[in-house]
Order: sequence, then C-alpha cells, then structure tokens
Amino acid sequence: MFNNRNLLVTGGTGSIGSSICDHFNKNGCKEIYSTTTNMSKVKSNQDYIKFKELNLNNIGDLNLDEIFNFDIDYLVLNAGLNKDNIFLRMSTDDWNNVINVNLNSSFHLLKHFTKKMVKKKFGRVVFISSVVAYTGNPGQANYTASKAAISGLVKSLALELSTRNITVNSVAPGFIQSNMTDKLNDDQKNTILERIPMKKLGNSYDIANAVGFLCSEDANYITGQTLHVNGGLALI
Amino acid sequence: MSDIEERVKKIVVEHLGVEEAKIKSDSKFIDDLGADSLDTVELVMAFEEEFGCEIPDDAAEKIVTLKDAVTYLSANSN
Repeated sequence: MFNNRNLLVTGGTGSIGSSICDHFNKNGCKEIYSTTTNMSKVKSNQDYIKFKELNLNNIGDLNLDEIFNFDIDYLVLNAGLNKDNIFLRMSTDDWNNVINVNLNSSFHLLKHFTKKMVKKKFGRVVFISSVVAYTGNPGQANYTASKAAISGLVKSLALELSTRNITVNSVAPGFIQSNMTDKLNDDQKNTILERIPMKKLGNSYDIANAVGFLCSEDANYITGQTLHVNGGLALI
Repeated sequence: MSDIEERVKKIVVEHLGVEEAKIKSDSKFIDDLGADSLDTVELVMAFEEEFGCEIPDDAAEKIVTLKDAVTYLSANSN
C-alpha cells in the first residue's frame, strides 16, 4: 500500500507511534523514520525504524537540515505529552512545555518537510489530535489548547498546500489503551468506559489504521479533515 | 544580459511555463507572470539550488521581480 514511500512519525516509541510504524512497515513502506526523546525507549522489534534522538521541546534551536537530511512522503505528527493539573494550579512551565511539544514542534517540522513536498508535488501530513480538543477536559487546559490549535492549523495548511497534491488531515483518538491512559487509575477508567458507547477503550492499531487510510490512495481527495476514532464517545 | 540574469530567466521559464520573450526585468512573478504564492517559494528554492546559496525568508519575500532576484543573487551567490 505504501510501496516506495518514506514516512516520518514523531514519537515512535509510544503506544500509538509504535503501532503507526508497525502498520506502515507491514504495508510495504520503504523507509520509516521516527524521533524519540531517549533511545533507551526503542523496543527490540523496532530495528526497522531509523530513530533520531531529540527533544521536541527545543526543536526550534536545532538544525533540522542536518538532522532530517532525507526525503519523506508521509509526515505523521504524533509525539505529544500531557502535564495535567487544574488550570489555577497549572505552572507556566507545564503550560509552555505542552504547547511547545504538541504544537510548536509541528511548526518547525512542517516548515522543513512541506517545502520539500511542495517541490515534488506530493505529500501526506497527518496530525494526531484528541477527542478532548473538541469536548474539553477538566485538568487538561494546556493539552486541549494544544490539540484544538491543531484543528485550525490542519485547515489552513490544507488550503495552502492543496494545489500541490499535499493533503493535511488529523486523526482524533478517543480513549485508547496507551502509555497515556495507563496512567489512569481503575476508578477513572471505569468512569470513562461508562461514557463510551462501545464500552471499551480503543486499540492503538485503530488509530494506526486511520492514519494509514489518510495516507493511502483511497484518501487522495480528502484534505483538511479530522477523522474521529473514539468508539462513539463524541459525535462531532 | 548578464550570466546571472540568463540563469534566473531560464529558471522562471521552466517553473512558470511562460515564454521567455514575455519576461521583462520588472515583471512581477505573481502579478505579471501568473505565479501563485507557492510558485514564488519554489522559484526561491530553485534559485538556491542553481546558485548554491541560502536565501533567508525575509530576503525571499522581497524577491518579487526578475530584477529583484538578479540583484540579490549578484550580491549573495557564490
């Protein structure tokens, strides 16, 4: 499906990031690149991925031409973190850190890679957003702000790049079994499950499949959209 | 016509698909030669490649005519 195409997924050691890499690898993607904050997180079955160790928090200070001196067709902006707290207790550092990694890093990566995509007149950009960007979530003002900002970015970028056969979309996961939801306690999980019509958490491959679809030829005419993958939790 | 002007013109002809005779020194890429804003980005990338130099965004924004490109590249190319 992805023959002779190259992919970069940020945050390829997390649950969703690993599944995206695996999905593209199993479907014929040529080179798979990824980023991680620490090479020790790379799993033994990820030797097919070419990792770059870097911190997206300060990516604006790095020389991206040197680090990313390769060509890609698919860019999946997946890396993200959360630093939850009620807003009145949220520190400036936690606000900035989340906005930097989840939103600002995309600015720098997109500047670097979309230039090359414009030149070759092909590209598929997929952001990983979140259902809470659309519903809000107490304790996640920074996280929801960063993810909601992506939805505007997706639309503007989709319009700007559409004449060059570059599509820009996002996938908004609901609650997915992942390193992020593993942090929740049983009470929190049960409360969430009650709200999900399908009565189960999603699987990281549910997200990987949606990303794969948006990069596939079947989605050639889809741009500026958000695909909600949330078991019915929020119908938007 | 200088060597630089000739090379710049060749790139403009190739990228915008316009006839060479229609390109004047003060022709604006967007207003006169039918380029869109992304074409100007591509033109700048092509200039960078041809002349082996890097054109920063603030300088690139000021290159709106053939003459602007020739002036910039005469002063900054290797």
